[in-house]
Amino acid sequence: MGLDVRVKKRLKHFDLDISFSCPDGKIFVLIGPSGGGKTTIIRMIAGLERPDEGLIRYQDETWYDFSLKLCLTPQKRRLGYVFQEYTLFPHLTLYGNAAFAAVEKKQVNALLDFFGIAHLRDSKPHMVSGGERQRCAICQAVARQPRVLLLDEPFSALDVVTRRALREELKSLQGIRSIPIIYVTHDINEALYLADEMLTIVEGKVDMEWMERMAARKDAAGKLPKVAREPRLTLVY
Amino acid sequence: MWVSLKLAVVTTVALIVLAAPTAYLLAYTRFPGKTFVEALVNLPLALPPTVLGFYLLMVMGPKRPIGQGWEWLTGDALLFTFAGIAAAAVIYSIPFAVQPMKAAFQKIDRRLIESAYVLGLSPFKAFIRVILPNSLSGITASAILVFLHSLGAFGVLLMVGGSIPGETRVASIAIYEAVESMNYRDAGIMSLSFIPVCYLFLLLINRLNRD
Repeated sequence: MGLDVRVKKRLKHFDLDISFSCPDGKIFVLIGPSGGGKTTIIRMIAGLERPDEGLIRYQDETWYDFSLKLCLTPQKRRLGYVFQEYTLFPHLTLYGNAAFAAVEKKQVNALLDFFGIAHLRDSKPHMVSGGERQRCAICQAVARQPRVLLLDEPFSALDVVTRRALREELKSLQGIRSIPIIYVTHDINEALYLADEMLTIVEGKVDMEWMERMAARKDAAGKLPKVAREPRLTLVY
Repeated sequence: MWVSLKLAVVTTVALIVLAAPTAYLLAYTRFPGKTFVEALVNLPLALPPTVLGFYLLMVMGPKRPIGQGWEWLTGDALLFTFAGIAAAAVIYSIPFAVQPMKAAFQKIDRRLIESAYVLGLSPFKAFIRVILPNSLSGITASAILVFLHSLGAFGVLLMVGGSIPGETRVASIAIYEAVESMNYRDAGIMSLSFIPVCYLFLLLINRLNRD
């Protein structure tokens, strides 16, 4: 059970051809270089883009089936989707945003509390920091009680410290949910920290060797000190 | 003056309601012949008011389908009535309502709308709950333009409404007629009354914008 995805789509520079399944309660990480089609996959799961062919199923409900010419609208899929940045509604307060599609209004305050932004509930998104905005975006998605949670590089625009804090919050949040979470990133550390399962996507195809190549490059020391090549890694760990 | 104000208010309200869906279609959808529709929407801007008025006069006449339909509905003629000049003012001001709204709608981040869809909102609800509240400045701009434009309308109204006191004689026509009959005193008073009205209106809009 969980989410099954098998999609093909012709993109501008390459063809996307991916299949995977993500069980309930697991974090499934899609990793790979930018421009490799990861966001397109997420958008197809969300119903914002249509695959050329394939099948997307959640449990026993079909969301997309090429052979049946079936494609559910995003509204009917009931998922949570956190975009990279700037997707809170600017005219609403943080509370208004989190409660935007909440199933139970009571849960909203608890979520804001959990993410430590309850004191900002009456602030507008432009008045708070990037990390607080993304926390609120996660509250908004989770308050909807989604069946699948899609996170598309949700922390990529944040500083290292905030990222790490948010990562941990997300990981501890996962404990109380039992839904599949698809997480897109190009950051290997993030992937290793969060993933229950991982899929490497390069130019629209699964490429499990990409990780090894990246790791090998790191190990091929001698030419450049590691600190110089990956300063960010040494900061985090 | 009363007629002028009433006309401007009616036109503004009617056009905001009519222009919003039109602007939405032009901003977000693609359909064959869209450029032609867009040019048609802007046509009243390019045509001389008397030309527009002439065609409206032709279309709204009691022997034409639109004039007849109106008469059948309300039992009243369309030409030389307030309803007639209101319809004319609405058509005359369409581009002034549609363009700022369209620009405001286009400025909204596409991802906000997608986010609303994913959160379960139908396109109509997303329009009401996300697009409209985030394009208030564009809608206000539309309202100002339409209000002032219909307050100053002259040629079109004269063609379809004539100058019936209390019904179709708007201030701009009354001023013209007063000047024609050398009655400069009345023309002066009426002209002067425009200034505080327009000024107050702008102050009000400014205030609304700030909130």
